[in-house]
Amino acid sequence: MIKTADLGKIYKGGVEAVRSVNISVEPGEIVGFLGPNGAGKTTTMRMLTTLLRPTSGTATVAGHDLLGDPRQVRRSIGYVSQSGAVDPTVPLGDELELQGMLYGLSRSDARARIAQVLAMLDLEGMESRLGGALSGGQRRRVDIAFALLHQPVLLFLDEPTTGLDPQSRANLWDHIRSLRDEQGVTVFLTTHYLDEADALCDRLLIIDHGEIVAEGTPAELKAGGRTLDAAFLDITGRSLREEAGV
Amino acid sequence: MLRDTWLLFRHSLRITLRQKVGLIFGAIQPLFFLVLFGPIFATIGTWETLVPGLIIQLGLMSTGMAGFGVVFEKRTGVLERMRVTPASRLALLLGRVLANAVTLIIQVVLLVAAGYAFGLRAPVGGLLAGLVLIVVLGVSLAALSYAIALTMNEQLFAPVMSTAVIPLVLLSGAFLPMAMAPGWLDALSHVSPFRYALEALRELFSGHYLTGTVLAGVVVTVGFAALSLTVGTRVFNREAA
Repeated sequence: MIKTADLGKIYKGGVEAVRSVNISVEPGEIVGFLGPNGAGKTTTMRMLTTLLRPTSGTATVAGHDLLGDPRQVRRSIGYVSQSGAVDPTVPLGDELELQGMLYGLSRSDARARIAQVLAMLDLEGMESRLGGALSGGQRRRVDIAFALLHQPVLLFLDEPTTGLDPQSRANLWDHIRSLRDEQGVTVFLTTHYLDEADALCDRLLIIDHGEIVAEGTPAELKAGGRTLDAAFLDITGRSLREEAGV
Repeated sequence: MLRDTWLLFRHSLRITLRQKVGLIFGAIQPLFFLVLFGPIFATIGTWETLVPGLIIQLGLMSTGMAGFGVVFEKRTGVLERMRVTPASRLALLLGRVLANAVTLIIQVVLLVAAGYAFGLRAPVGGLLAGLVLIVVLGVSLAALSYAIALTMNEQLFAPVMSTAVIPLVLLSGAFLPMAMAPGWLDALSHVSPFRYALEALRELFSGHYLTGTVLAGVVVTVGFAALSLTVGTRVFNREAA
């Protein structure tokens, strides 16, 4: 579902955000993408979702060449960014309808799909609500609803549960699991919560200094009786990372 | 591309029209000039000279500030969500700028109607041709405004743009024709595309259609629109993160 070869990104000014990422994600997996601040998680995810153009390497996403056919990649993926996607001033139904129609759905198909997706995410009947009137957990589920309207085969989630209370996090985990189990959606997510990675993901990739430094199932990474937190710190070191946003 | 442009245009316009108070307030400043400055100006000039100037001022202040909208969309993540859809980058830009252009048309019609109450007497043909010119100019300004909003620090957009608009309005000759200015100021104003657009607008409002001034205004405005849309699309493609 995702295959990269030496994918890299050097920003203007010479900052190397991602040195050389080689990853492979199989259909139906839930893969957690972990790393300290500034390790290259968000940059990698933004490259894989066509928001940033890599400066080196190649990638295939959902069967399409990332550099050669970014529009087909966009048709096939859903993306939920860290910053959210909800306009607080517009009724959700209007925003969702526009989103569905930008993926080529007719208005009636978009409306039917909106009802279906909102029901799936426990948001039935919220079409007339303004984005600003939602709770944090509801808003995050609406973000996911935007990403699911066109029935993508691959869903990218960038820190999906940051800022949510434990109940909302657990609820979101259930939804993510059911997306994979019931609809076969492949999920690629970043998170700073290692308990989340442990509970939710089939496999973990750890990036540091722009390269994958470890990968395996949560059980494999915890081998030797250590916790996932301890494994993560052993792999990436204990020094503080000040860089943000790369 | 056309379908995406239409969808985004309709959506953006619906959002704008929901804020009726904002729409009216956008047109109020030129109306103040019309009411409080127009009667003084009318003692030395004509309403056909002043009203086009106020229209250019309105265009600069209305569509020139369109970037505010995209700053908000950037902050809320809405823009990034749309950039991951298959919609073309040109459609993402055009849908928005066309909605800004319609807003400008509504405001210009309000201003011209008020101008008529004071004594403006422009021919219908000149008004319609002028409206077309101002729409093209509005599209250009909105596209540039979006490009600036997406490349500039969000906090700086408002002070920089509101400061930049003032010399652009004055250099266009909005309040007094630049022919009255000293040589250096007259020469400087020729760098601004708004001077050419304004002079063409004045000619059209006076019922002169096939003149060199109108031709120059049309050529400069269309060229400015092509440049602005190219820059805007490139920035939307690259920077709107």
